[in-house]
Amino acid sequence: MSLITLQGIGKSFKVAKRSAGFAEAVKALFVREHTIVEALRDISFTVREGEIVGYIGPNGAGKSTTIKIMSGVLVPDAGTCTIMGFTPWKDRVRYVRHIGVVFGQRSQLWWDVPVIDSFELLRDIYAIPPGIYRKNLDMLTEMLSLADIIRTPVRQLSLGQRMRCEIAASLLHDPAILFLDEPTIGLDAESKIAVRNFIRTINRERGVTVILTTHDMHDIEALAGRILMIGKGTLLYDGSLSELRSRYGTQKTITVDYKAGASPIDVPGVQCLSRSSGRAVYTFDSDRIDITELINRLSAGGELADVEIGSPPVDELILRLYKEHRV
Amino acid sequence: MRLYFKYMSILFKSQMQYRTSFLLLCAGQFFVPFAVFAAMYFLFERFGGLPGWTFHEAALCFGVIQMAFALAECFVRGFDAFSNLIVRGGFDRLLVRPRGTVIQVLGSNFEFTRFGRMLQSAVVLGIAVSGLPVQWTPGKIITLILMIIGGVVVFSGIYILAATFCFWTVQALEVANIFTDGGREMAQYPLDIYAKWVTRFFTFIIPFGAVSYLPLLYILDRTDGPDLLYMAMPLASLLFLLPCLAVWRIGVRRYRSTGS
Repeated sequence: MSLITLQGIGKSFKVAKRSAGFAEAVKALFVREHTIVEALRDISFTVREGEIVGYIGPNGAGKSTTIKIMSGVLVPDAGTCTIMGFTPWKDRVRYVRHIGVVFGQRSQLWWDVPVIDSFELLRDIYAIPPGIYRKNLDMLTEMLSLADIIRTPVRQLSLGQRMRCEIAASLLHDPAILFLDEPTIGLDAESKIAVRNFIRTINRERGVTVILTTHDMHDIEALAGRILMIGKGTLLYDGSLSELRSRYGTQKTITVDYKAGASPIDVPGVQCLSRSSGRAVYTFDSDRIDITELINRLSAGGELADVEIGSPPVDELILRLYKEHRV
Repeated sequence: MRLYFKYMSILFKSQMQYRTSFLLLCAGQFFVPFAVFAAMYFLFERFGGLPGWTFHEAALCFGVIQMAFALAECFVRGFDAFSNLIVRGGFDRLLVRPRGTVIQVLGSNFEFTRFGRMLQSAVVLGIAVSGLPVQWTPGKIITLILMIIGGVVVFSGIYILAATFCFWTVQALEVANIFTDGGREMAQYPLDIYAKWVTRFFTFIIPFGAVSYLPLLYILDRTDGPDLLYMAMPLASLLFLLPCLAVWRIGVRRYRSTGS
């Protein structure tokens, strides 16, 4: 049964045109010129309970707008949206009890006080019963290793520590759905992995449905069984990562290290991605070019020290998808 | 209401993190309006005061409005500083929480440095009360308290209107200060010293007159009609607050459909 259903959601914004200069600014006080920007056009998809969905797209594609509509902040112009039987924007107060939202770039914690104080205030805002609060707090403290930082003021935390606290804060009230807007932005490798592991765990063990937006394709690779891609306000791709791979998977990369003195060469039908003295990276279609033959030809440029063949990183698959749809 | 106090306690803790700055700001809040009050004293000294008003009578009016202003700035600061919330995107955060917007905006900010101003107002009120030849009956004491509460309500209404304005633009906010700071400056003197239209504006549109001047007449035994009417005048501030809250709702609805 689907937990989230969006049907033909559309949303456009009126954006005031602003021009530079004092005279223009004065004019703008009285006459405003507007352009209509279509942020979302006919977006439809469903999400089943317990899924992790990666919602991706270039900046300005409409990701945040969709998240805002699904979390009850924004009212769309067209279409219907049913989440757990609620229409988010109509039943806001009752609906938002069931969701957790993390806006990666904006904190929901109170800056100058220890983290635990913020948690306690959230307990009061959500009216979480003491027993459940205790249980969730203990669980989250353990899973996210917060014990050492929970009494520290937020302003003294590192970004990674803060993000762990943000995620904990959004789960205190047992939400069924978690919306994560760029949860790993700016984090170091260790924190990223900690955040990903945690998301996987709560999804598996507590059945929390997760919708996350990200620009980091490793997030998608590590977490999302399913990708929704949006570009210029339209849904362009809805499917699994492995499908995407098999669609573009014949594309391989080859990295060649030459022994001293050799200069990388060009091979017809093979695209060179980067080249420095002694090292070159190429990409080619393994359906059309034989790998042994390619290595032979490359070795004509000098003695090879190392050769590495790989499938393209997810980033590139996505980039191809963007290019295909010209977004 | 309990939640409001929870918000208050977390923000009080926050502001106590910067103790020196807090104390200095409190001191500033004490002395700035006190200087204005001192100026009023010297004016009375030099020129013999306002026609029909003694120094202590005027001081009572001054103290009531200053106290109401200080309380409003401290406890309704969330609306006063609402543009920050809009600019930084904090309002989206409020909307994903299962509470009404009014309580959450109220709880988003407090300005405890206004304690300095409250203390200052209390001193002025003390001077006025001790210097007035008035019999302080329970009715008059209640009226005085109602005046202060009514004043807080009027200032709150103006803050809410100004905050609502932020849903349309955050550029022209200074306009609202005409009514908060301007209103305070006007209403801290007995309103009958101004031109008729000013008095009318601040009685029927923004009812500062109803919380300061009119009930003041009752306290000073200068009423011209049933006392109860003068005593109850501060309640008119509620009539001002209700439409402000209604406009706020419209603003929130607009925000949620435009996202800006």
